[in-house]
Amino acid sequence: MAEFGNPEVVEEEVDILIIGGGMAACGTAYEIGPWLEAAKESAGMDIKVKLVDKAALDRSGAVAQGLSAINTYIGPEQDPADYARMVSNDLMGITRDDLAYDLGRHVDESVHLFEEWGLPIWKTDENGERHNGAEGLPSLKDGGKPVRSGKWQIMINGESYKWIVAEAAKKALGTDRIQERVFIVKLVNDKNDKNRVAGAVGFSVREHKLYVYKFKACMLAAGGCVNIFRPRSVGEGQGRAWYPVWNAGSTYAMAAEAGAEMTMMENRFVPTRFKDGYGPVGAWFLLFKSKATNAFGEVYMERNKEMLDDYPPYGQAQVPASCLRNHLMLKEMREGRGPIWMDTVTALAKLRETLSPREVKHLEAEAWEDFLDMCIGQCGIWAGENIEPEKKNSELMPTEPYLLGSHSGCCGIWVSGPEDVGAPTTEEHPEKDKIPSHLPEGWHWGYRGMTTVKGLFTAGDGVGASGHKFSSGSHAEGRMAAKSMVKFVIDNKDWTPELDTDVDTLIEEIYRPVRNYLEFKDYTTAIDVNPNYITPRMLQFRLQKIMDEYVAGVATYYTTNEHMLNLAEQKLEMLKEDSLKMRAKDLHELLRAWENYHRILAAEAHMKHIQFREESRYPGFYYRMDKNFVDEENWKCFVNSVYDKETKTWTCFKRAHKDLVDKSKLFK
Amino acid sequence: MPTFVRTDKCDGCKGQDKTACMYICPHDLMKLDKDGSETGHAMKSYNQEPEQCWECYSCIKICPQNAIEARPYADIVPLGASVQPLRGTDSIMWTIKFRNGTMKRFKFPIRTTPEGSIDPYGGKPKADLSKIAEPGFFNKGEQNGWRDGDPSELICK
Repeated sequence: MAEFGNPEVVEEEVDILIIGGGMAACGTAYEIGPWLEAAKESAGMDIKVKLVDKAALDRSGAVAQGLSAINTYIGPEQDPADYARMVSNDLMGITRDDLAYDLGRHVDESVHLFEEWGLPIWKTDENGERHNGAEGLPSLKDGGKPVRSGKWQIMINGESYKWIVAEAAKKALGTDRIQERVFIVKLVNDKNDKNRVAGAVGFSVREHKLYVYKFKACMLAAGGCVNIFRPRSVGEGQGRAWYPVWNAGSTYAMAAEAGAEMTMMENRFVPTRFKDGYGPVGAWFLLFKSKATNAFGEVYMERNKEMLDDYPPYGQAQVPASCLRNHLMLKEMREGRGPIWMDTVTALAKLRETLSPREVKHLEAEAWEDFLDMCIGQCGIWAGENIEPEKKNSELMPTEPYLLGSHSGCCGIWVSGPEDVGAPTTEEHPEKDKIPSHLPEGWHWGYRGMTTVKGLFTAGDGVGASGHKFSSGSHAEGRMAAKSMVKFVIDNKDWTPELDTDVDTLIEEIYRPVRNYLEFKDYTTAIDVNPNYITPRMLQFRLQKIMDEYVAGVATYYTTNEHMLNLAEQKLEMLKEDSLKMRAKDLHELLRAWENYHRILAAEAHMKHIQFREESRYPGFYYRMDKNFVDEENWKCFVNSVYDKETKTWTCFKRAHKDLVDKSKLFK
Repeated sequence: MPTFVRTDKCDGCKGQDKTACMYICPHDLMKLDKDGSETGHAMKSYNQEPEQCWECYSCIKICPQNAIEARPYADIVPLGASVQPLRGTDSIMWTIKFRNGTMKRFKFPIRTTPEGSIDPYGGKPKADLSKIAEPGFFNKGEQNGWRDGDPSELICK
């Protein structure tokens, strides 16, 4: 009988393993079904698929709580090239146009499906009046007009967004092909080809079972990375991260350890949000036309607008890059003109001037729904502080940094893009000799969404150098990769995976925190204080302290320099060594132990990339004070890296950037 | 805003192996205390790591006994407020109580189709294996969502 300390080992071989359960993984699960059928009918192949999720599909991933908007909807009136331009400018010019463009032409297909499945999408009627998504107006597919809260965003009644998308994914795949509450913690390379993935290992957080999967191909879509920096709230409130607290950098860490080429890991996102609750600001700025001011009522985007001229051309677009908007706000905070206010009172008063009492009541509900659909905690703060937005303004605050590739960030994994949009096929760059020779040239190598490791695919937060995909784009990206995984499996029909590490060794490694606990727990009387092990909780605090104080967290107003980074490097190395001494007193703590191991690797990648990039590409997100400028001549390029799991070291290098759509149109 | 479980309402999902809140919590926070050794309340669930709670309300919305509520973060929010939902199959009702006693109630739609009614591939074409390497999904264009784009925009093609 399996018990804690003596788990049962379950070994299973499939053709395709999907790791994750969020929007990207649900997209993969949906799209893959018809291609599996086609493979059976046309190629006589019975392809076996399994999805493993560390949580429950109905409420896993970043959309678990719901959303009040779909932030990527192109619409029939805009061009995918317009979208690629916006993505590029918001991320200071260094994104892959091929990936953004491809996403732009696909994404609305997923949005229309969401509506067919039952997601209420707000509509505008012929008089310009807004209606919720359940009032029976024509669907987007049939020409219905969405309520645009911005050029790319549409409003939804999205409390059950994930529930609906998960229902379609579950039905598409069938529940016998879905394994919930299993946390995959490590990929295993192939015995005969170290640049290929052959398996993955993990454990159940409910039963004493370890899982060893072998496969031909795998979708790794386990979200971005939260809580590597010390959060602004360190008591109970530390759970109120802006991005979901369960996103532990697993995608980045597992891919890096498997040898995948990472890209733009120096990028981060520091969202400006309603203070403490991190409630969304998009609808307030875009739909309710609210302004943000300093303590004296001055609009900092106007007061400090000349600062945008320091960063041409990114500051000169109609909508300046997100980091630059932070940059202008931070000046007010640093120079003592805080707090920063969202002037909700003036905005709502102006809107009331032209509205009927019925419409005013509707407007109030819209403002509250914006939070209730996706950030309920912000309502708790408003209610606790007696804030009614029409009577009292709310504070804004930039958060602790986050690593992600699907929202307004672009860190992640380097993947193969589409072949029909004019992407480079060779590497033309003065420092191309420094790129490790086993890595591909150009931006596509056969399978859309495949990383530089054979058989390893990713989507959503996993795909770097793009960004602004959000929920809908992540779903679409998961779908694109589903197709190419099926193609990969067909093309590798006769190949059999063999793990490069024997199962016993893998089991010992995964279970090490449990062994550490069982071996040493009786050495001291206090379970948490023991010289032989460290709790995952304390290890996380140590990581957060290093990152916050040395790698441009909130403690230093997002500043660092070469010397501070060198110290961080030394401290992270010791932290990584000590991670082998984490303890797990139960399965829940084993989950936390591995999440925190993933966080360390993601954090290390972030630090190494900032160290390598000798400029400050994202003013407002981080500043290298020793290189406090944007250097278009030397650094308008991708910074990519590979990790060697044997030597535990990173190698960073440059890759050339190229525009595939004309960016000058942004500035006309 | 960590969640808390009311002792007078939680029935441990009637002695099933796992409770609804354990099933749904994305961060593995809810735990059934089978013998009462951890909380003093046998066969009731509790939030085992409140400082990791994202306030996503998944457990609150799913609890069949309405036994779970949230108390705004003690290290941030003044006492006395509450935000409580009642989630149905097509809409959700919210009751917001302010510290000063002000009450607000809202009702929003959450879904336009019956729960469980999705027919994922109903009325959709089959995938064509000869197109597997081309852009577009298996049902390309069926949803009127494919955006072809102006070819002249691609300046390197």
